Amino acid sequence: MSKLGLDQGVVASCRAAAAQIAAQVAEEISSKTTVSVERTIARLLGIDGANALEVPLPNVLIDHVRDRRELDRGIAYWLGNALLADEARSPQQIAEAVDAGEMNLCELPRASEAAIRARVMGECEGRLEEISARMQERRELRERLGESPPPLRYVLTATGNVYEDVVHGLAVAEAGGDIVAVIRSTAQSLLDYVPYGPTTEGYGGTFATQENFRIMRAALDEWSKANGRYVRLSSFCSGLCMPEIAVMGAIEGYDNMVNDALYGILYRDINPVRGLIDQRASRTINGYFGVVINTGEDNYLRTADAVSAAPSVTASQFINRELARDCGVPDQQIALGDAFEIDMPVPNSLLLEWAQAQLTRELFPECPVKYMPPTRHMDGNLFRTHACDSLFNLVTIATGQGIQTIGVPTEGIFTPHVHDRVIGLQNTNYVFDAARDLGEEIEFKRGGIVQTRAQEVLAGAHALLQRIAEQGLFAALGEGVFGDVQRDAAAGRGAEGIVEVAEGYFNPLSELMRGAPSGV
Amino acid sequence: MSSARPAAADGAQGAQASASPPRAGRAQVDLERVKPYADHLDDGLMQLSFTLPVPYGLAARRAAQELAAKMGLEHPEVVHYERLTEGYTYFVMFGECVHSVDYASLSSESFDIEFMTEQEIEEYAHEHIGRPVVVVGAATGTDTHSVGIDAMLNLKGFHGHHGLEGYKVFRTYNLGSQVPNSVLVARAIDLGADAILVSQTVTQQNLHISNLTELVEIVEAEGQRKRLILTCGGPRVSNELAKELGYDAGFSKGTYPHHVASFIVRELAARLAESEEAPQSAQDGAWADGRGANAGAPRPRAPGADG
Repeated sequence: MSKLGLDQGVVASCRAAAAQIAAQVAEEISSKTTVSVERTIARLLGIDGANALEVPLPNVLIDHVRDRRELDRGIAYWLGNALLADEARSPQQIAEAVDAGEMNLCELPRASEAAIRARVMGECEGRLEEISARMQERRELRERLGESPPPLRYVLTATGNVYEDVVHGLAVAEAGGDIVAVIRSTAQSLLDYVPYGPTTEGYGGTFATQENFRIMRAALDEWSKANGRYVRLSSFCSGLCMPEIAVMGAIEGYDNMVNDALYGILYRDINPVRGLIDQRASRTINGYFGVVINTGEDNYLRTADAVSAAPSVTASQFINRELARDCGVPDQQIALGDAFEIDMPVPNSLLLEWAQAQLTRELFPECPVKYMPPTRHMDGNLFRTHACDSLFNLVTIATGQGIQTIGVPTEGIFTPHVHDRVIGLQNTNYVFDAARDLGEEIEFKRGGIVQTRAQEVLAGAHALLQRIAEQGLFAALGEGVFGDVQRDAAAGRGAEGIVEVAEGYFNPLSELMRGAPSGV
Repeated sequence: MSSARPAAADGAQGAQASASPPRAGRAQVDLERVKPYADHLDDGLMQLSFTLPVPYGLAARRAAQELAAKMGLEHPEVVHYERLTEGYTYFVMFGECVHSVDYASLSSESFDIEFMTEQEIEEYAHEHIGRPVVVVGAATGTDTHSVGIDAMLNLKGFHGHHGLEGYKVFRTYNLGSQVPNSVLVARAIDLGADAILVSQTVTQQNLHISNLTELVEIVEAEGQRKRLILTCGGPRVSNELAKELGYDAGFSKGTYPHHVASFIVRELAARLAESEEAPQSAQDGAWADGRGANAGAPRPRAPGADG
């Protein structure tokens, strides 16, 4: 039942426009793959590790084929052929042989295409079953230990050192945190490879490596089992290695992943085509393994004005949901982004925030929306920030958001310290308990400030969606529709990693996960 | 205990203090020996909060008190302490600071340039510079936060104050965030910039200091230091720190675009008057290659040195 008096005809029209936009995107990227998508297939086939120069073996392998201008057939083709050529070697051993210069994948005798397909598909199926079985065990553990009722409290750690992140993660768990997310080192999103091994030096965050994932997972699993409450882990499928991190996360049992190409496109100047191809692969993986994805609309409000840019957030939520569903991600795994970012002196800012938060819930009732705390206007006065976070917490609980990133008093000063996280959680816990059923008690005045605002934002989103449906998402990005940032589809980082696929290309990952045709 | 010094000669604070005559018995602040104030002059009370990597318990409490005493706090009191996780305890404390500072000698050294309004800046630049002023800005190094540089440069500005882009006199180029210092300098030279603005918003382990220092070194190595006005800003930047690192000015919290603009036009006018020679556009095309982000085979680089 709508508390906002929304026009359902407008809502339906928004959905239709968003579906059209998503279909256009799929069409535009359908004949392309990227180096990171191909590396993901290599990782899925069990290739891991790094060479003496610290270059990860998936990179060694893909670059080997790419340098020979043969990547347009897809790495699956070349690996399948190599597996047939030398039955004794595993994919990992093939990668090691390539690295040692003992093997040239493109000069081996060629098996028939059908034989190659059968060989590599079988290999992939086996790996998928293995990972799925482990994810199933994890789901069972989650259910057996139990979780807090939503909104799940999502807390970041960002020390730069994975062993310190463990300390922060445990403190967060003890204070009631439900999801621990280790922020990545700020430099990582622009690396076209995933670093290898445990790391103790990062800035503004800790490198996402498979070993770091394993260390965090082991520590939090131990805590969960000892304390009878399951704590989730999350990382970031964003930047230039989106799908690789999705596979690494699935292998290590991560429950949630930030998974949004737009963030990298807008704020890291990643090429839009590259980003959206990588997003499609990573969301397919996350969808398949039951990982909850978080989208990043909240970020737009850090660079654009939160009052006037609200329709762009809602429009993006519609589009992001369709882009995710198109990859086989069900609503229950799509945590759309939203944020509490209106500047504090704006009159009735609380009512405007309430309207926006309620609007998001009503438009996407099955999606566990991820609600972000105030950051942009937090000025270093930590007591003021703490007060602002209280109102943010109130809106979160009253509108029933699915996941909340907790606000931290020292926002905007430095990467918050361990006790700042705990103090933030204490505020959240207090407000969640105090106002647990407030939402059930509330109706909004007809034609009042909240209803009017929500209706205006929806109307603005509708107009925007129709415009984007007409011109296409790539052209809209070029005009700076989101976050007031303009991005050209032909420019940006990572464009050199896009590969136009050739006849006979195939991607076992997307075929097995979605039954989609080759070349996606 | 308070001396009957005349009002400090140097600033508004002194003038204000002398404007309201003391009531009978009210203590006067001794500006040469200033201590923290809570509710009585010179009570010295301070609050602090921190975590110790020790298990929660009475020994932890004693440790915190002892530490506060070593810091020069008398009667240190733990008003709250709690376990964060095994082996970590958080404290909130109060104590009376035994130290004092000589404010009288400090206040005259503070960063005290006279700020102009947007209109005054336009007029001043028209009269004293007479050509567009080129300003290039970026959040450099690993800092992904563009909020500071956007507030200073973008038309929309901050809290109702236009950014430099909204001024007629400025030609602004906002390069965004995570910009390597070498790229920023190269662009500045390419554009014949008059001033560089660097923003450092969120930093860890004092990374902003090494990053800011590197920029100065590059500018000097390129022989551009005399020509380029260098300014930096951010919540952990002060004018004192900026000057120490070799910048012309540093801007901290509470800075609006017209503050930065005032400084730049004044400084540029002064330099032009001195040299009588307007800066020429640099034409060295080789600079454009200095970037190399994501080029070639991946090689794990030092953390934070990403480009």
